[in-house]
Amino acid sequence: MIKLGVPSKGRLMKETFEWFAERGVKLSKSGSDREYVGRVEGVDGVELVLLSAGEIPRELAASRIHLGVTGTDLVHEKLANWADAVAPVAEMGFGFADLIIAVPACWRDVTCLHDLDAVAARFRSDHGFRLRIATKYHRLVRQFLTLQGVADYQLVDSQGATEGAVKNETAEAIADITSTGATIVANHLRILEDGLVLKSQATLWKSRNAGGDCGPLIRKIGAQ
Amino acid sequence: MSQLRAEIARLLGVFEATGAVRVEADILQPADVLLDLYGEDIRARAYVTADPLRGEQMLRPDFTVPVVQRHMAVSAEPARYTYAGPVFRYQDSATGRAAQSEQVGYEVFDRSAPEAIEAEVFGLFHRILAPLDLTASTGDVGLLRAAIDGLTTSDARKAALRRHIWRPLRFQSLLARFSQPVAQKLLGAGGQQIGLRSAQDVQERLAQLQDEAAAPPIPPAEIEALTDLLAIRGKLPEALELLQALTRRLPSIGPAVAHMAARIKALDAAGVDVAQIGFEAAYGLTAMEYYDGFVFGFYAAEPGWPAIASGGRYDALTRVLGQGRAVPAVGGIIRPEYSLRAATGSAS
Repeated sequence: MIKLGVPSKGRLMKETFEWFAERGVKLSKSGSDREYVGRVEGVDGVELVLLSAGEIPRELAASRIHLGVTGTDLVHEKLANWADAVAPVAEMGFGFADLIIAVPACWRDVTCLHDLDAVAARFRSDHGFRLRIATKYHRLVRQFLTLQGVADYQLVDSQGATEGAVKNETAEAIADITSTGATIVANHLRILEDGLVLKSQATLWKSRNAGGDCGPLIRKIGAQ
Repeated sequence: MSQLRAEIARLLGVFEATGAVRVEADILQPADVLLDLYGEDIRARAYVTADPLRGEQMLRPDFTVPVVQRHMAVSAEPARYTYAGPVFRYQDSATGRAAQSEQVGYEVFDRSAPEAIEAEVFGLFHRILAPLDLTASTGDVGLLRAAIDGLTTSDARKAALRRHIWRPLRFQSLLARFSQPVAQKLLGAGGQQIGLRSAQDVQERLAQLQDEAAAPPIPPAEIEALTDLLAIRGKLPEALELLQALTRRLPSIGPAVAHMAARIKALDAAGVDVAQIGFEAAYGLTAMEYYDGFVFGFYAAEPGWPAIASGGRYDALTRVLGQGRAVPAVGGIIRPEYSLRAATGSAS
C-alpha cells in the first residue's frame, strides 16, 4: 500500500484535491468533515494520509509516507539534506509563496542586503545587541544571509503574525513567506531588492527511501 | 578507545612538560557569550539547548573561549594552559564531520616578543606531529589587515573591509563596490515610522551614503596590489621574498612583513625546516574567524579529513572577552582521533 500525505485542511487541501481530481484521482475525506481519514478513488493501492503540511517533510524523510504534498519552503527548511531524502515528482502550480526579507519602509537608506549588513553593524554598536530578524525559517534564512555575507544580525523565532514584529519592536526586520506582498505593505514594510531567499510552490514529493511502487499513481497523474 | 585515551594522555603530557597548567572547561557553556562573539553563524555549528532558569546554553563548540575567559578572570601573564576533552559540532548540512570529537589544546598568554611565542607554539606542534608525514600550511591575517589600513579610502570603508576579512566573498564584493564610482539610489517617502531604528538614524546614514557617493574609488593600483597579496603562496622563504617585493606597492604591510621575517628566523632557530613549511596569504580566512595574526594547520593527505591540528594568534578575542583588558594570545589544538589514525596508517 502506497501512503500519500496531503495537507489536512484549508486551501492547500482543497487545491490538492482539485489537482488530483483533474488527473482522474479522486481524494476525499471520509466520514465527517472533521475526521482526518481519507479515501482514494481512481487508482488502486493508495492510502490517503491527512497531515499538517509542516509535518509532511519529516514523514517523507522517515519513510512513513511514500508520497506527499507540501511546499518547497517547508521541505528545504525542515530537511537538512532534502535532496537525499526526497525527490520532486511534480510542481503543482498553486500555493505560490516567496520567502523574502523585508525591512521597515521608513528605512529609506536600505534597499539591498549590502545596506542591511551596514545597518546591522551600526545597530549593534548603537544598541548593544544584534539587529533582530523575526522568522520561522531559521535554517533557510541563516544559510542565505551567511552566503550573502550579512553579519551582526540575530534570528528571533516568530511562528505567526511575523509582519507585526517590527511594529511591536520585537524585531528590526522580518523574513517570511508572501504571495502578493499585501501583508508586507500593510505592515509598513518593504521587501529588499535582493531579499528573495526562496521561491516556493505546492509540490508532490516522493520519499527516496520509503520504497513501495509509486508507479501506478505517478503514471495516472501523468507526472512521468 | 583505550588507544585514544593513551594518545590524549600522551599529548597532554607533552604540553604539560612545557610547564603548561592543565585546565578544565564545562561542556555546557552559556550561549550568550558565544552568540555575541560569533553571531548567528554559531547556531549552524553549535548545539543549542535551554532550560527555563539559565536560558540558552551551548554544548562546548571549542575550548578557546572558556580558557580565555578563565585566564582573563583570574590569571596574570605569562601563562600556558593545556586541556583535553570532547567538543560538539552541530550538523546543519552533510559535512561528514563527527558531531562529537576530541581536542587536545595548548594556549599561551605571554607578552614576550610575538614572533618568539608564535615560533614556540608552532615549533611544539611541529615536533609532536613530525612522525606523521603531514603538510603544514601557514598564513598571517595581520598582512591583510595592514594592507587594508594602508588603502587610500575613508575610515568607514576600511572598517567595512576589516569587518568582512573572514568572509572572502563578501570582502571581494565590497572591494568591487569601493573600486568604482557609487551609483546613488534614492527612495521616495518611507511611510510610517516603526521599529527601534529612529528617523534620525536613517537621516544619518542617508548623509553617509551621500558622502560615500562623493568619495573617490580606491585606486586600481591598490586593488591590484591587494589582489596580488591575497594570491601569494609558496614555501615560507619564497613567500617572504614575494611579500618583500610587494611592500614597494603596499608600503603599509612593511611592519607585518618584517614581523613575518622575524617569525621565520625564530622558527628556524627552533629547529623547524622553514623551506618545508607552506604559506598562503589567504590561508585561514574562511574557517578560522577569531584568529587575527599568524595562523597554521597540519594536514594529512587523506581526502575529507579535517586539519589534524590548527591554531594561531587571537589577540582580538582576548580584548572582546577581557572587557577592556587584552593579552597577546597564541594557541592551537590537535585532534587526537586523527593523529592516532595517521600514526597507525588506518584510514577507517
